[in-house]
Amino acid sequence: MRQLFDKDTWAEIFQSIRKNKLRTFLTMIGVFIGIYIYIGLSGASKGLDNGFEKQFESVARNSMFVFSSTTSKPYAGFKTGRRIQLKLQDVEVLRRQVPEIMAIAPRNVRGIFGTSPGVVSRGLKAGNYSVFGDFPEFTKIAVKKIYDGGRFINDTDIDLERKVCVIGERTQKELFDDDTDPIGLFIEIEDVNFKVVGVHKFAGGGPFDNDGDIFIPFTTYRKLYNTADNVAWFTIAAYGDVDVVKVEQDVKAHLRRIHKVDPTDEKAIGAFNLGAIFKKIFGFANGLTFLSLIVGVATILAGVIGIGNILLISVKERTKELGVRRALGATPSEIRNQIIIESLVLTMLAGIVGVVCGAATLKLLDVMFGGKDFPYTNPTVPIPYVIGALLLMIVLGILIGLIPAQRAVSIKPIDALREE
Amino acid sequence: MGSNSLHVLKGIDFSVEEGELVAIMGSSGSGKSTLLNILGMLDELDEGTYDLDGVPIKDLNETKAANYRNKFLGFVFQSFNLINYKSAMENVALPLYYQRVGRKERQEKALKYLEQVGLKEWAGHLPSELSGGQKQRVAIARALAAEPKVLLADEPTGALDSKTSYEVMDLIQKINDAGNTILIVTHEPDIADMCKRIVHLKDGVILEDKKVNQVRAAQYV
Repeated sequence: MRQLFDKDTWAEIFQSIRKNKLRTFLTMIGVFIGIYIYIGLSGASKGLDNGFEKQFESVARNSMFVFSSTTSKPYAGFKTGRRIQLKLQDVEVLRRQVPEIMAIAPRNVRGIFGTSPGVVSRGLKAGNYSVFGDFPEFTKIAVKKIYDGGRFINDTDIDLERKVCVIGERTQKELFDDDTDPIGLFIEIEDVNFKVVGVHKFAGGGPFDNDGDIFIPFTTYRKLYNTADNVAWFTIAAYGDVDVVKVEQDVKAHLRRIHKVDPTDEKAIGAFNLGAIFKKIFGFANGLTFLSLIVGVATILAGVIGIGNILLISVKERTKELGVRRALGATPSEIRNQIIIESLVLTMLAGIVGVVCGAATLKLLDVMFGGKDFPYTNPTVPIPYVIGALLLMIVLGILIGLIPAQRAVSIKPIDALREE
Repeated sequence: MGSNSLHVLKGIDFSVEEGELVAIMGSSGSGKSTLLNILGMLDELDEGTYDLDGVPIKDLNETKAANYRNKFLGFVFQSFNLINYKSAMENVALPLYYQRVGRKERQEKALKYLEQVGLKEWAGHLPSELSGGQKQRVAIARALAAEPKVLLADEPTGALDSKTSYEVMDLIQKINDAGNTILIVTHEPDIADMCKRIVHLKDGVILEDKKVNQVRAAQYV
């Protein structure tokens, strides 16, 4: 320990490292490559992870869509092929029966699933856009970014069946002049005047999202299109810590029961489980992180073993020098510590250079690919991973240094000096 | 090296007084290097006793031996054994480093001993930039730097031409004149004649142990 904090020890070690440049270089290159690959790979997989996360940031991670179709089995006296219609009343039942549900938003739409889109006009400008009937709760599941000055549909809109709407960016561009603030102005949907209360920013991720979407209150929609209590589909978000696949099964089971569908009828009630898909994608990213961890650690290990190997050769080369040192009064432990510290210094130096180069490469990749279509954003290596790698190198560097160090002191000084 | 023990020395009984300059002579295989190695604690004796400055040298582990070597002994080797990536001064300072002497003091002392062997201007040079005689003088300065009780020289002139050999012997004589005890292993009679006492070894026993009239090396330089 005294040796470790002695300035002279370090002077000795740096001299011996400096005077053997080729050896130092060769020794370091293995560990350097190891840590470089480790940092590069784990940073890249983190970048992919972040990239996926960014692409889906507008949708709740454990959400699903539940819709209905026709039955494929006869049940309770009904014959097969019956059309099932989801109802607004189902919401209360699901909320009560499936406590894992964090938010459930019944939705209706015109313009997708084969229905004709809403006819929308403002003065002489007109167009066809998808029109959604929504509850405010929908924003708990899919984040809708609303431009300044606007808002999404609120509870009062629902209660009073207000004729208000939130329009998309494209809709704004097509119906309004560039310098007009659409908030507070009116557009006609199916010849009915609607007041614009917000403009939502398009964020990809949801399956049917579009930059021209128009949202109106569910209750207003029901009157406008005469849909009564019918619901096209439910968008459901479960709590973060529950199994989304089980929630999906529960929800389906309850809907089958309510609508008198054979419990084994998979076709009548369908679901698109985003949560399960996210799980797979993030599972892939996690797998990549794990893989990079394994590859990185293995490469570091190989590098450190390389250091041990070269130090072993160098100890053989320096037998005479070490013999002289011992004849001059170096104790075996001083020699041993010197070799170990040399090993450690080489390992750490190589490691730090590797970390710096790896970080630089990640930065370069981020500049080249980040923020574009490629799901690759902000590739970083968590600090604990870096510290862990450095600790691993310290431990391995010491352990591997022990071998040449032991060899160095196992030769008696007399034999070391005799060798010509 | 091997596990078999080989008895090289078969009963050596002699003592050296402080301030003596002793030559140990003998043909190869006579055991003179083994004797010097035992005296230098580089090798172990399996029988008998060895007292150095009143301290019985026995049951040495490596660490203890290293400390004794550092405190009591200075070595001069036939092949100089300087560390090739250290300058002359750093080589001389090395035993002081293992004595835990501070850096500044180490350098001062190293320069002092380099001056004593006439190489002060060469302090910053690497061994590869020095001649054989200069290297051996650096090695002698290194042996002196630790201020040892005994200086052990193993064929110090073995790798040098005769002129340089005499220069080195002149230096050794001067150091001896200053009161240092020195043992030299040599097989060259003219070098042995420059000592004050000659011990002849043959087949591991002392053949002859005599005081001689010292020939001063200075007259040949």
